[in-house]
Amino acid sequence: MTAIFKREFKSYFSTPIGFIVIAAFYFFLGLFFSITFGYGSPYLEQVVMAMSTIVVFAMPILTMRLMSEDKRQKVDQALLTAPVGLTSIVMGKFLAAMSVFAIGFAPTVIFEIIIMTKVSVNILGYLYALLGMLLLAGALTSIGMFISSLTESTVIAAIISFIINILVLYMTSFASMIKVEWIANIINRLAFITVFENFGGLVFSVADIIYFLSIICVFIFLCVRSLEKKRWA
Amino acid sequence: MIKVTGLSKRYGTHLAVENVNFEIAKGEVIGFLGPNGAGKSTIMNILTGYLSMTQGKVEIDGFDVAEYPEDAKKRIGYLPEIPPLYIDMKVREYLNFIYDLKKVKFPKKPHIDEVLKLVKIDHVQNRLIKNLSKGYRQRVGLAQALIGNPDVLILDEPTVGLDPKQIIEIRNLIARLGRNHTIILSSHILSEIQAVCKRVIIINKGQIIADDTAENLSNKLSSDQSLVARIACSEKEMYEALSSIKGVKSVTSLGKKEEGSFDFVIEPENGVDIRAAVFERVVSRNRTLLSLTSNKVSLEQVFLRLTEAADNNEARKLLGIEEIPQITEETNEEEN
Repeated sequence: MTAIFKREFKSYFSTPIGFIVIAAFYFFLGLFFSITFGYGSPYLEQVVMAMSTIVVFAMPILTMRLMSEDKRQKVDQALLTAPVGLTSIVMGKFLAAMSVFAIGFAPTVIFEIIIMTKVSVNILGYLYALLGMLLLAGALTSIGMFISSLTESTVIAAIISFIINILVLYMTSFASMIKVEWIANIINRLAFITVFENFGGLVFSVADIIYFLSIICVFIFLCVRSLEKKRWA
Repeated sequence: MIKVTGLSKRYGTHLAVENVNFEIAKGEVIGFLGPNGAGKSTIMNILTGYLSMTQGKVEIDGFDVAEYPEDAKKRIGYLPEIPPLYIDMKVREYLNFIYDLKKVKFPKKPHIDEVLKLVKIDHVQNRLIKNLSKGYRQRVGLAQALIGNPDVLILDEPTVGLDPKQIIEIRNLIARLGRNHTIILSSHILSEIQAVCKRVIIINKGQIIADDTAENLSNKLSSDQSLVARIACSEKEMYEALSSIKGVKSVTSLGKKEEGSFDFVIEPENGVDIRAAVFERVVSRNRTLLSLTSNKVSLEQVFLRLTEAADNNEARKLLGIEEIPQITEETNEEEN
């Protein structure tokens, strides 16, 4: 797993992809921070919440080549014939994408320190929002990685991931179109944006955490199955 | 070392590999020979655990590939048809990655240095794989298979895309590795198989049609010990002269192949050496013998005859092997 993790992590920075995504994170984090802090709000969770739109676009770029590129270059033959389990291959790649994401969010720590030197705020609010962001990114990464494992084309992987990310995040907009109330309610409750926003209000809820964790597990499992399926095709 | 029993692989309705059985002892170097699409790569992919089998069993050093994949895979170094390379990595970096991936126990730096030297890529170790030529990429692929010094090496067309000098180098390397490894090599280049492998398995349409040494194979197919002579003469005169030699069963003229000469196939009676007699007869008629060669089939001809046979049972007949039923009852039931 470490071998795969190291190689994937490095490959983000041997191409411009890693740098571009991190630069985009830094730019928007800085922008949102200067706006909210400029208006006198000491709540960093607002910045973290606002970043969800950026993450929706950034994660497919991080995940698009995770699996598809291996297939296209036939490197999967080396991975799948090496004495490594499929789960560790998938986990290595998942953690590599998550690490790049984590680097992208590192500046918020500095922001929080800046805020704390000026005013006294409850740091838990920021930490809980950050946890929510981590879980959301994890869910989007696992979905993107699964989609990447279905195709050999990085472009197709990226586009489909975008579409699915927007669907799962903002399916609340469809809920208003549905006349049957209970279905609309379910859609509203399951939309990633609803769950994610709960993390911004310091309303601690185990259900929200478990929801994202189970999404991550399901898609990592599906991704492993998708690699396994190739053997039986 | 490698034991394959009743191996079949089905892609949808297409049966790519059908009831393949063979056993390879430790230290043997064998060649898989077959036309494109015969199922060589599929068999190799199954042996290495990349593909699953529809039926049958593969054991590597006693470990079932399906049941104990990690133990089996640890013992195999695999060079697929297209070398599995991360082209955005440097050669040494890539080999380090493979070393970590295979969880090799040898000391890292000396082991990788050794492999780099063995396949002669130590001078490109700091170059990006992207910028290497096909021949070098092939060698990096071979290096990747050698990392961890596995007992079994499975090499799918290892010399494709190399120049003649490199081909000889790789061949010598394989011959050297053959001293302490079990090697399966696939190729459709016959001279290559002949050069490094003692035993040849000929595969056609997913079935094994021959499994023997290269020498035995060509002996079996060429029961005739006839000679081909090219003689500067007139056709009719020499035909009569040759036919009257003692011990000659028949003479066939092949006509004019070269200006001023004729070719004859001279078939002797069983076990009679007529070479000296032919020479003397030609000289006694004041004619010139331009060449005299054995009509024995080369491995190339063996291969063509076997694979061009209408079906595999016909090919087996050529070799004097008993027919096996084409479809077993079991597979019939499955189709129903």
